[in-house]
Amino acid sequence: MPSGESSPATNLDVNRHLAQFRQMCRIREFEKAAIKAANERLVLGAIHPSIGQEAIAVGVCSNLRRDDIILSTHRGHGHTMAKGADALAMMRELFGRAGGYSQGKGGSMHIADFSVGMLGANGVVAANINIAAGAAHAIRLKGEDRVVVCFFGDGAINRGPFLEGLNWAGVFRLPILFVCEDNGFAATTRTHAMTAGDGPAARAEALGIKAEIVDGNDLFAVDAAARELIGIVRKGTPRFLLARTYRLTGHTSADTAPYRPQEEVAERWLNDPIDNCRGVLERAGVAAAELAAIARGAEDEMRQAYEMARDSAWPARELAYADVQDVGDPREVAF
Amino acid sequence: MPVMTYMEASRQALAEEMRRDPMVWAVGEDLGRGGVFGQYRGLIDEFGADRISDAPISESCILGAAVGAAMMGTRPVVEMRFSDFALCAVDELVNQAAKARYMFGGQTRVPLVVREPIGMWRSSAAQHSQSLEAWYAHIPGLVVAVPATPADNKALLKAAIRCDDPVVYMEHKGLWPLEGEVPAGDVVGEFGKARLVREGGDVTIVSWSAAVHTVAEAAVRLAEEGIDAEVIDLRTLWPWDQGAVLGSVGRTGRLLVVQEAVAVAGFGAEVAAFVAERLHKALKAPVKRLGAPRIPISYAPVLEDEVRVRTEAVVAAARGLVEY
Repeated sequence: MPSGESSPATNLDVNRHLAQFRQMCRIREFEKAAIKAANERLVLGAIHPSIGQEAIAVGVCSNLRRDDIILSTHRGHGHTMAKGADALAMMRELFGRAGGYSQGKGGSMHIADFSVGMLGANGVVAANINIAAGAAHAIRLKGEDRVVVCFFGDGAINRGPFLEGLNWAGVFRLPILFVCEDNGFAATTRTHAMTAGDGPAARAEALGIKAEIVDGNDLFAVDAAARELIGIVRKGTPRFLLARTYRLTGHTSADTAPYRPQEEVAERWLNDPIDNCRGVLERAGVAAAELAAIARGAEDEMRQAYEMARDSAWPARELAYADVQDVGDPREVAF
Repeated sequence: MPVMTYMEASRQALAEEMRRDPMVWAVGEDLGRGGVFGQYRGLIDEFGADRISDAPISESCILGAAVGAAMMGTRPVVEMRFSDFALCAVDELVNQAAKARYMFGGQTRVPLVVREPIGMWRSSAAQHSQSLEAWYAHIPGLVVAVPATPADNKALLKAAIRCDDPVVYMEHKGLWPLEGEVPAGDVVGEFGKARLVREGGDVTIVSWSAAVHTVAEAAVRLAEEGIDAEVIDLRTLWPWDQGAVLGSVGRTGRLLVVQEAVAVAGFGAEVAAFVAERLHKALKAPVKRLGAPRIPISYAPVLEDEVRVRTEAVVAAARGLVEY
């Protein structure tokens, strides 16, 4: 920490971090609204909240260009919003309504917004790693300077695609940043109980991909690490970022997480990345009222998204038959 | 018309498509050395290692990477060496490639071709000999092609590469050396269009891939007995030419489906059920299927031949239908 008369945070780019703070609040409020909707049976399928992990999504994605690519997980609301997706289209998708990103065919686990380079959430753990490797491969084949960021959880490192995808990225020197969000749990099991060896970073290093470890609840640390690593990746060298964090909710909105002690969760709430960010900005001289207004604005936006999604029409039945494939009309041959 | 092998026809198709479209590239194990069957031989010299790309032995990543690369606007041709090995990449094909367009609401396409050589190849045993085409015909979102001739292997591979949806392209290992006439130039096949191998009015025999040749032989023998078999090569199983089959069985009143694959839950069951549902009253005999018994393929030739559908069996089955 710098010493001297000035506040330790005065060299912060306050405008940048205010925007990041706002984005973190938006993600948090989106998921709070989604959980409320799930409890009210307005969201019908499973949702996997990323409450407590917002600093990773925002810290990484705010270092990306619009034409850069991300691949996400089944816990993907935060990544998707951080990459610039529209909250209302996301909410409508969670509600299965018209105007949702997948026209009501995907739900939370299949949200994508190709217009902002978000190539999809994925319902299969680790499956996105190979797809991300392919997206980066295409970028290299085309000679573009875009990068790919692949988010996955610590549970994903025990599936084959983790090994295959990282090896692929190393062999072909692909512009890809692997971001492992280590929240300690693989669904409802503590990951360390199911993982041999020294974990994600060690495995990446073993495949020749340099890994950096960062406090995933510290936006500023994630931001700085992502900026540096994405710069390296853009020159065509894969890198690995392990961000340690904690999932403050259960695996799904319906999971009360009885498998972990309340005291542990209460203690982790004291390390809320949004509160951490707010504290740094306040110490840097940003008025508490301004930060409160940002948080309130996010809450209002997501309440509106919730209401508009709730009032949206269901998709037309005919859409069930659309976008299957070009040949062999399913209406003609099913019955 | 030039004569070439099934293998050469596919190589020519790929080369022509790669010249036509710089976004087409091939990826798989040992492609730089020409592929297991020589179907990529020499292509690396013209197109370089980036477009005839050697991959690690990582079937899951080969196919998964192809999905990502296809979403990004390239057109990967994926080599799986044997359809058996593609089972290591079933998630990538079935859960990812086949579904992406639909579950993302039409935001993306996955224009990839996965080449999965099928079928018995002398003494290759249980993990290198399967005919798994029915598995993929069952999956919404996939096209399934099963060419039986050199001409079709050129035309259908071109169609597969130009298709915007994922295509499971199943070449039969026993057909690689088969020679036949192949039209020169840019002839592009059509999915869902069967080939009438032989006209006949007594019985319709529907088949695909290598079994077509067994059936054609059987038809010659049947003709010697005075039975005129109409032989249809489906060429693609999704979509498949329901009109051609219905039209033919409507005329003959008899249907025999012949496949190399295990008969139980095979694609022949789909053809048989489809026809039975629609032409029940026109049928002069019960629909008949011929396929392998539900046992893995063996190593010893005598055991391998035990599951093979032979010409004599096709002749006997067709005769049985006519005499019913």
